[in-house]
Amino acid sequence: AMLLKIKFMMCGAFVFSLGVYLKIELLRRAEVMENTEIHVVPNILLLVGLASMGTNWMASRVCQDSMDMSRFPRWKVLLLAWFAVAALLCCLLVAVVVLSYALQGRLEESLKIGLRNGIRFYKDTDVPGRCFQKETIDRLQIEFRCCGNNNYKDWFEVQWVSNRYLDLTSKDVKDRIRSNVDGRFLLDGVPFSCCNPASPRPCLQYQLTDNHAHFNYEYQTEELNLYARGCRQALTDYYMGLMNSTGPGVLSVILIQISVIVSLRYLQTAVEGAMALENPEDESVGYLLEKGLKETFEELKAKVLDMVKLAQVDPTTSEVSPEAQEAEKGDNATKTPSPPPAS
Amino acid sequence: MPLMPVKFTLQKRVKLAQGLWMLYWVSVIVGILIFSLGIFFKVELRKRSEMMDNNESHLVPNLLILVGLLTCGFNAFGGKVCHDSLDPMKYTKWKPMLKQYFMAGLGFNVVLLVVALLCFLMQFSVYLTLADGLKYSIRFYKDTDTPGRCFMKRTLDMTQIEFRCCGNNNFRDWFEVQWISNRYLDMSNDEVKDRVLSNVEGKYLMDSVPFSCCNPGSPRPCIQHHLTNSSAHYDYDLRIEELNIWTRGCREALFSYFSYMMNSIGALVLFTILLESTDMAGLKYLTTSLEAMADPENPECESEGWLLEKSVKETVAEALGKVKALVKPNQVQEGEEGAAPAT
Repeated sequence: AMLLKIKFMMCGAFVFSLGVYLKIELLRRAEVMENTEIHVVPNILLLVGLASMGTNWMASRVCQDSMDMSRFPRWKVLLLAWFAVAALLCCLLVAVVVLSYALQGRLEESLKIGLRNGIRFYKDTDVPGRCFQKETIDRLQIEFRCCGNNNYKDWFEVQWVSNRYLDLTSKDVKDRIRSNVDGRFLLDGVPFSCCNPASPRPCLQYQLTDNHAHFNYEYQTEELNLYARGCRQALTDYYMGLMNSTGPGVLSVILIQISVIVSLRYLQTAVEGAMALENPEDESVGYLLEKGLKETFEELKAKVLDMVKLAQVDPTTSEVSPEAQEAEKGDNATKTPSPPPAS
Repeated sequence: MPLMPVKFTLQKRVKLAQGLWMLYWVSVIVGILIFSLGIFFKVELRKRSEMMDNNESHLVPNLLILVGLLTCGFNAFGGKVCHDSLDPMKYTKWKPMLKQYFMAGLGFNVVLLVVALLCFLMQFSVYLTLADGLKYSIRFYKDTDTPGRCFMKRTLDMTQIEFRCCGNNNFRDWFEVQWISNRYLDMSNDEVKDRVLSNVEGKYLMDSVPFSCCNPGSPRPCIQHHLTNSSAHYDYDLRIEELNIWTRGCREALFSYFSYMMNSIGALVLFTILLESTDMAGLKYLTTSLEAMADPENPECESEGWLLEKSVKETVAEALGKVKALVKPNQVQEGEEGAAPAT
């Protein structure tokens, strides 16, 4: 029983820690993400982790008490709620797996806008609130080995050198500023963080489109000088990789959770059967549903209709006791000729 | 008069055995920790071996791995003896080995002390190796087409980025070396020819640094070239500019990293010595109290446990006497043989 308790708690703890890890990774790069929609995945994982630790703790207590006839009946009322909550948790976990694939598009959108802003505000190291954009983007490009949003040419369209460091009296600078409508100092150059250390030649950052500016240089065939990948692609790949690798873990937790629900149902019905017998030491039958799947469904439908009808005809509440019902699986409990009790 | 005698009832003996068993397993875990730290240290040395000209000494990590394994085995054996000590049947098979075990324990503590000393003293060797190795690394930075050195550029760039350092002592080391390969120099250019002719060895020297020296935290885009010329850049004064490139030298950065690692490992080994001594003292008490039981058939009886049978002085004198006896029989025999032919 102790071992089972630990095993069950570990599932909840595993899911919780997965959620924590994902959340931390997302928060680290929150500066280049425009919205937090993708955070719903780790949030659900955190919630489910905590809740499943609680439900599994309760399941282990039920297991312990099931051996003692005097203590078992107090769990009867709670078990109904427990089954509902546990089923809900399983559905949430399935939803997490589905969401992690479905939200990829939204993640890319959020990254696109976030990176675009980051690149635009790269030069604003003197504006409060944006003064760390430069360092963030530089470190991001170095760590993820990427350059720009889609590729390095994104840097050509933005002024990434602050006016504080431009000699506005110089002819070259004045020409460049006048050459475009917005009066921006545009370069065909990139920041140093785009440089690829694996390049055999020292990094060429400026005048990238001018083949004659550098000896033995042809920008159309030069591949290793800068990072070829865009940061949006790099970050999306990274996060998709994270969520894909957590996929199998979450699926196995779902399976374990379902097996816990099924076994607890068998335990509940078997113990109730034993309690109804004269001699509690005898064998009793455990089952998943009192009647077959179809009949249970019909019964449930009839009860619900009854409730609706009564509500319409007579607003006073009538006694209805619904039973906990679940989908049928295939497993057999021990068989002896004893009638199944009514709960 | 035995050293530090303590009276043991059955309860106390049982408690001592249980506590000692737990302590032995903690020591096994510490042994595993030393083993894994040794492996980690070895891997780190391998990773940076290019910076040390492949000259680094692997003595300390190899010793650590060995010592870690020995600690595990030693303490596992001790734990087993503790576990069996309360069962007279099992204990009898361990009894004859105990004397050798204690001797081995003492020797092992001496070995641990030597390893700890090495951890602290080998740092000097690491420092010297780093100084030499980095000098060569900077010199061979440009040789990306020479087999055996073609990855030096990438390794040095990644090291400077990761450890936030530039050059050997500081960034001026780059001014004394040609770090641009001749393949990328336009030898027909006048400026290039001037620079090459300006020094005896015909090296193309610049007052520039590679891009990996750039500090992402600088508010202005990185200035790599013409670093000593304040008028080459707008609003730039080399004497007060601090954030542009990393000011620390890589030798200092790498050394502080390795020294921190070696100091913590040395401290852990010293802690292990303490732990081992405590283990041995506890085991000595346990074994002597078991042997001193007046009535072996009655486990409930009280007995006395001690650390040494006689006081420290007498024990040392006895040990010296034994060592002399080992040496002397040979001398006495030689003397007899010498006397026999003489007469």
